[in-house]
Amino acid sequence: MFTLGVDIGSTTSKCAVLEDGASLTVTSIAVGGMGTRGPQEALDAVLAQAGLTLNDIASVVATGYGRARCPWTELQASELTCHALGAHMVFPGVRTVIDIGGQDAKVIALNGQGRMKSFLMNDKCAAGTGRFLDVMASVLQIPVEELGRRALRSEHPSAVSSTCTVFAESEVISQLANGVDLDDLAAGICASVAARTAALAKRLGVVPPLCMSGGVARNAGVRAALESALGAPVLTSELAQLLGAVGAALYAYRKQH
Amino acid sequence: MAEEIKKHRPPPDPNSAKYKLGQIAAKAYSDAQAAKDRGEPVGWCASNFPVEIPETLGLAVVYPENQAAGIAARGGGARLCEEAEGDGYSNDICAYARISLAYAKLKSAPEQDVPMPDFVLCCNNICNCMIKWYENLARELNIPMIMIDIPFNPDYEVSDEQLAYVRAQFWDAIHQLEKLTGKKWSDEKYKEVMEYSGRTSRAWLAATATARYTPSPFNGFDLLNHMAVMVTARGKKEAAEAMETLLKEYEDNHEKGVSTFRAEEKYRIMFEGIACWPWLRVTSTGLKSRGINMVTTIYADAFGFIYKDFDDMCRAYCKVPNAINLEFSRDKRVKLCKDNHVEGLLVHTNRSCKLWSGFMYEMSRQIGEACDIPVASFDGDQADPRNFSEAQYDTRVQGLMEIMEANKEVG
Ligand code: SF4
Repeated sequence: MFTLGVDIGSTTSKCAVLEDGASLTVTSIAVGGMGTRGPQEALDAVLAQAGLTLNDIASVVATGYGRARCPWTELQASELTCHALGAHMVFPGVRTVIDIGGQDAKVIALNGQGRMKSFLMNDKCAAGTGRFLDVMASVLQIPVEELGRRALRSEHPSAVSSTCTVFAESEVISQLANGVDLDDLAAGICASVAARTAALAKRLGVVPPLCMSGGVARNAGVRAALESALGAPVLTSELAQLLGAVGAALYAYRKQH
Repeated sequence: MAEEIKKHRPPPDPNSAKYKLGQIAAKAYSDAQAAKDRGEPVGWCASNFPVEIPETLGLAVVYPENQAAGIAARGGGARLCEEAEGDGYSNDICAYARISLAYAKLKSAPEQDVPMPDFVLCCNNICNCMIKWYENLARELNIPMIMIDIPFNPDYEVSDEQLAYVRAQFWDAIHQLEKLTGKKWSDEKYKEVMEYSGRTSRAWLAATATARYTPSPFNGFDLLNHMAVMVTARGKKEAAEAMETLLKEYEDNHEKGVSTFRAEEKYRIMFEGIACWPWLRVTSTGLKSRGINMVTTIYADAFGFIYKDFDDMCRAYCKVPNAINLEFSRDKRVKLCKDNHVEGLLVHTNRSCKLWSGFMYEMSRQIGEACDIPVASFDGDQADPRNFSEAQYDTRVQGLMEIMEANKEVG
């Protein structure tokens, strides 16, 4: 039996197909979230790869910011539950999931069986989220993917301490004007995101093993800063950005049983 | 469209508690306007100022916090907040204060008008922002301010020293008002007010305690509306009678197995914080559509003003929710959660109210632990609609529901 998870985020759309709730068949990511062609493109890609049509799918569950507007299903689950399920599938035994997405950051505590026990999310400011990194990368005039690589090279990370995205932006601009090294600024920016998320994690209680999901997990600079702020290794995977979709597909399977 | 829906609604039953309580709340405004029209002095009064004082003196007062909530619920919050901000008040100041200060300048708002005051009555047992807000009202309108200072209480009991300090101020406020308005304090009248206040409070406590039944005979959002009467009119005979009707209705609902919560009650939560008035429908629908009934709030406990004499009344005002320490506040909430079989806690992190939201991070953590229930919080504001995101609210409520659901599955 095939189930499909669709994660419609604020900046990207992701799909995952599972067979019998266990083996991951295919996944896809498309640029563009809610209100764009992104969801359709992700769906087309995942079905084409799997050689399936929607008729072959026993159940579809939507998650993410755009979950209520998914055209292919009315079943939905929050991204909290889906990231928890997805993370538990990919990292069995994981107890703390840190998910930093396009517009929010969340920390989820799991019990030993992969069930979500509690969660905390960022307050409404974009600081500490993927959007913050996008804004900062454009200030530095580098692609956002480069932030992490540059951060790892830095020897004297600069301090970016504002808790507001707009304030932090002007902080970074003035440091840039003062000639601060780009790598050091990139490290400061990554550390600032990590510090905010680490504070959330500490409030919830950091129980290892920890893993990271969401698009920002690909940023090695943020990951390294998180590890040092939390004093524990943070696991991640190629699938990090897809864990919500994987979790949704698993949720769909479980609801059938 | 709205018109059409209205037409199909049955007319309200004049004997129902809802109708009676609505009438009392509306009458508080019209009585004050009538007093003003007769040339009598009218006051603006802080919600936790001892209402027994103006009531005994026979003085009409209105409550700016109530007015601001009404304005916000009817869509005027942003307009008046922006007006105040234009006058230099920071966006970080309580939105009730901003709305009230804007109203003091504009002197009219179609959402909820009130007569302009001849004096203001302030009490800081609720917060200290109140002091500056009322000082500014007094200054802008050039009217006297009567202030009662009730210090934050780090203990569980009210000490004799604190009682003496507060009692003296109560009497001082009474004497100032007598001088100002020519009205006279009467012990007889006070006794009557105290009795009605006790009756109203007992009925309120008993009515809200019917949430112990599963399913609860009422939707907790009802309490947010009915509490206006507890704030403004609990010392009146009509209020006592209306609350007793409410209690009877809730007991009857339980007998008949019905509820004012118009959905299947799948989950029971406590809601923490002031309502998000500009987004009341969204916040309530987000719960109801998932079968989540908010069965209790601290308001259920907060308005149980039962006292036997003047001193006891002073003590009651020293123990209102925002004047007491974290542990005492937590214990009250833990009791409400346990008594009412609460399965989750939803916290409104209210941008307006630093006092309430500030200690809620830690308190909600302790409540969650003590009751072994999940806790979720969302950002919002009691009256400024700009501080709320529906998508954020929805995700957190859904996350909370999913944990409660999983907890049930495990048993
Ligand atoms: S909402 Fe909070 S800050 Fe505003 S008046 Fe009430 S207690 Fe004070």
